[in-house]
Amino acid sequence: MTPSLLYAFAGAGLCGIGMFGFIQLRHLLRKLLAFNLIGSGTFLVLVGLAQHGQGPDAVPQALVLTGIVVSIAATALAIVLIRRYFHLSGHTSLEADDSDSGQGGAE
Amino acid sequence: MSLSALLPPITLMTSLLAAVLIFATPEHRSGLRTTINLTAALIKLLLVAIMVWGVFQGVDYHLTFTMLPGVAFTLKADALSVMFAGLSAILWLLTTVYAVGYLEDSPNRSRFFGFFSLCVASTMGIALAGNLFTFLLFYEMLTLATYPLVVHRGTVEALRAGRTYILYTLTGGAVLLVAIAWLHGLVGDLPFRQGGHFQQAASDLETPLTLIFVLLIAGLGVKAAIFPLHGWLPQAMVAPAPVSALLHAVAVVKAGAFGIVRVVYDIYGIESVAALGLLEPLAWLAAFTILYGSVRALSQADLKRRLAFSTISQVSYIILGISLFGPIGTAGGLVHLLHQGIMKITLFFCAGNYAETLGIHRVDELDGAGRRMPGTSIAFTIGAFGMIGTPPLAGFITKWTIASGAIAANMHWAIAVLLLSSILNAAYFLPVVQRLWFREAVNDWPHERFWGRLETSAWLFWPPLITALMTIMVGVLASMPFSPLSWAELIAAREYLP
Amino acid sequence: MITAWLMAGLLFTPLAWAVLCLLLDFSRGRLVSCLGITVQVLVSLGLWVAVAREGGFLYGLGGWEAPLGIELRVDGLAVTFILLTAIVAGACGLHASVYLAPDNAWYRYFWPLFWFLWAGLNGVWLGGDLFNLYVGLELLSLSAVGLVALGGGINALRASLRYLLAALLGSMAYLLGVALMYGQFGTLSIAGIASLLPETQALVGPGMAMALMLSGLALKTALFPLHGWLPPAHGIAKSPVSALLSALVVKASFYIAARLWLEFGHELGSTAVAQLIGGLGGAAVIWGSWLACRQSQLKQVVAYSSVAQIGYLFLLFPLTFAVSDTASLQAQQGMTLQVVSHALAKAAMFLAAGNLILATGSHQVAGLAGVSHFLPFSLFSFGLAGVSLMGMPPSGGFAAKWMLLQASLASGQWWWIVVLVAGSLLSAAYVFRIYQASFVAKTGVDDFYHPPGSLEVIPLLLALMSLGLALVAEPLLSVMALSLETGGAP
Repeated sequence: MTPSLLYAFAGAGLCGIGMFGFIQLRHLLRKLLAFNLIGSGTFLVLVGLAQHGQGPDAVPQALVLTGIVVSIAATALAIVLIRRYFHLSGHTSLEADDSDSGQGGAE
Repeated sequence: MSLSALLPPITLMTSLLAAVLIFATPEHRSGLRTTINLTAALIKLLLVAIMVWGVFQGVDYHLTFTMLPGVAFTLKADALSVMFAGLSAILWLLTTVYAVGYLEDSPNRSRFFGFFSLCVASTMGIALAGNLFTFLLFYEMLTLATYPLVVHRGTVEALRAGRTYILYTLTGGAVLLVAIAWLHGLVGDLPFRQGGHFQQAASDLETPLTLIFVLLIAGLGVKAAIFPLHGWLPQAMVAPAPVSALLHAVAVVKAGAFGIVRVVYDIYGIESVAALGLLEPLAWLAAFTILYGSVRALSQADLKRRLAFSTISQVSYIILGISLFGPIGTAGGLVHLLHQGIMKITLFFCAGNYAETLGIHRVDELDGAGRRMPGTSIAFTIGAFGMIGTPPLAGFITKWTIASGAIAANMHWAIAVLLLSSILNAAYFLPVVQRLWFREAVNDWPHERFWGRLETSAWLFWPPLITALMTIMVGVLASMPFSPLSWAELIAAREYLP
Repeated sequence: MITAWLMAGLLFTPLAWAVLCLLLDFSRGRLVSCLGITVQVLVSLGLWVAVAREGGFLYGLGGWEAPLGIELRVDGLAVTFILLTAIVAGACGLHASVYLAPDNAWYRYFWPLFWFLWAGLNGVWLGGDLFNLYVGLELLSLSAVGLVALGGGINALRASLRYLLAALLGSMAYLLGVALMYGQFGTLSIAGIASLLPETQALVGPGMAMALMLSGLALKTALFPLHGWLPPAHGIAKSPVSALLSALVVKASFYIAARLWLEFGHELGSTAVAQLIGGLGGAAVIWGSWLACRQSQLKQVVAYSSVAQIGYLFLLFPLTFAVSDTASLQAQQGMTLQVVSHALAKAAMFLAAGNLILATGSHQVAGLAGVSHFLPFSLFSFGLAGVSLMGMPPSGGFAAKWMLLQASLASGQWWWIVVLVAGSLLSAAYVFRIYQASFVAKTGVDDFYHPPGSLEVIPLLLALMSLGLALVAEPLLSVMALSLETGGAP
């Protein structure tokens, strides 16, 4: 197993853990952290799989950099919304019914 | 592009433009609205008259452009279409006059007349459609345009009737769409052509063609109110009288019947329908509907409901006529398309007059109405006798021609149906006539209104008398050129030419 | 040469205006944005005409070539969608400039978000490689979420958070798929991957990537059963925002999914997958329409109708897989017509619904009683848009349905006919329910607020466009079919 594949598998594992947390956790901040975990996992996969042994490839680096920017923006927006939501409602979770936790139910 | 290609779309645009202008007219400008309405109706009548003359001379009115890949939007005027267009142009004028009087001082008139014009525009489109796809466009447009008219009053019954109407017609439209799409997928875009397209139906297409035919008739049969798809028609009676008149005489019911004529003659061709063994079942279905409608009409106490069941019966005369193999039967069916319209609109105008002037809705309230409203009652009597088939009125011409067609086609049972139906017609119309003239008024009228010298408003008074006069004229002058009968014979002769 | 300027204008305006509007309050932003909308509409129109005349081309952003630079593919379909975006977003922007009250301090963020959204949309239509599509999609989603949350209460925030979570999960799934694709092929260009695919032996990795990307996009497009986030978000947002979201934003993710399928589906798809996605689309049509019939709030009806209408789009998957070229072409044409007509109709419908709510002061369907007497314009727009949703002629919805019917017949997959027919009957049921409510007679008192004329005209124009679409469908489809003149993989 080459180191780059190791990165990729670690990334996949991180994605799995993140996905589990994203669906399972109810606290909004935890959900957000889980999302960031998925993000990091994805970036690891991106960097790891792309090393084909012909030396460093510039493209994935650029991609990951962009990806990080995007995910920071998303996280920032989410934090703003969560904070305002908490101020207005006093809740830290969406009061979705227990039957579906990931995407929320029809109202 | 020549003028002859532009005439059909111009005719169509007349009513469309009228609709748009009327929608934009403020509610209180009734004078302006009436002017727009009548001007458009007159212009359209003129244009249709030109086309009738042109078609007689053999001019080809034809406009086509590709709308979707493989499908053309086609407008064209042939003998059959100008016949239907002529009917709707004449009756639209009269109904507009009538509706102006009928809806005087009632709310939402701009909305009403706007959709009214839209409805006539769709009917024009149906008449002038040059292929099934174009026909479908206007057929569905008609459904949408009539809904606001049916629910116009906004009462609970009106809304319920509207719901039933929409349920039936949209389902029918969906079935029709599937059938047309299937046919299109099978053989491509078929323009309406005299004699049809499937003279020698390929044997491998027999099964799909039969199925498509059944679907087409089912889809069209909803509007034509063929049993068992007639349920919406009696309910739609809650609409204002001019709407009922329009629905029964010109627009919706006729659109269905007209579509069936188009499918049988100009898509399949009468020979191939006969070869597929579909003509006789269609005739039986029509015969059953004729008798069923008449029997149900007997027991209706509400005048307009009685007329509605009468329509169910009468429209199927058209279907019966065209499904008798042979030019005479065809002519009989086609001529009834016009005759039924003229007679039925007379009867509905009269029913509306009784309701509007005296507040009468039920048959048993009509006692002695003949003295109070002689003009309207004379018109009603003529219409009723016409329906029964008394010589020399319009209905007689129809029944006589269809009966001759039945003999020519060797389908003698159809004559028995005609006779039985005439007896039933007499059984439900004569009591009404008898009440009008030979009974004394017992009580005061439920809701009487006065209009000075005439028995009712002039707007309401003249239209039924004119259509009653037409009922007599088309019967007496049936053998003249340009009479409905000779026009129908002209079409029939063209359909059966090799 | 002129096209280069047009491209620059097209891409530069939204971003520049977004930044500019950040510095201004709502009223000044409104002035500036009206100018920007005019520029965008003109540029889009110019580009459309240019491509219709001379065919499509590839455009390297800032002169950089792929793979490090961003290369945009400007073909007939893309410019048509760009024009559509300009019309619909322009209309929504103008509507919002009157509809939103300038005194709410939060609304100053409307214009920046609006312009970022527009930039994201243009990016998605033009994007030629998987990663740029991801960036466009993210820009789009984040600004859409911001717009939903804008100035709303707890419910709006909850809906927008739910939307955000769904959108983020969707993008991450998509990005993971992109990573796998890059790992396998070493390129991100869609055309490049499509040209490498036929020689590839190991299809497990790409297959998994495709599955990840499609499910992420399905979540973002709110395909049944992943549609739960859509009705709350679209229902609670301000009407111009709902219009933007329903008309354009969901289409963007669908557009990517459709492009992936058309390019890679032949190798990476299977009949089972195609039928499964089609089946989910069919279920969305039925279930969404059914739920729309049962909503008591006007905007919820419209929102659930979006769920149903999106379902039609996914019939593209089975109707283009392993079928004749004719059927596949018909399905693609049907799909593009559905996208265009639904965008126009749904925007008209949401804007008209907003007017009606403004007028009656009630969010309920039953609150419409008597409206038909006093507010014919808004109701008329709503009605005309409904005609298109029902798929009645001569609307664009009808044209789309007709093409899809033909495709189902030509491919022998008759079961989709059942879906199409049942869907249009059910949609007629919810549309007529609203008509009916408006026809209920009410004592003739005019106690309605009458919105300004400009609010009424905009939805009417959109509705008329959607209604007349079928009449110009043929020329429109011929432009959409224009592919890249240069063609091939970069």
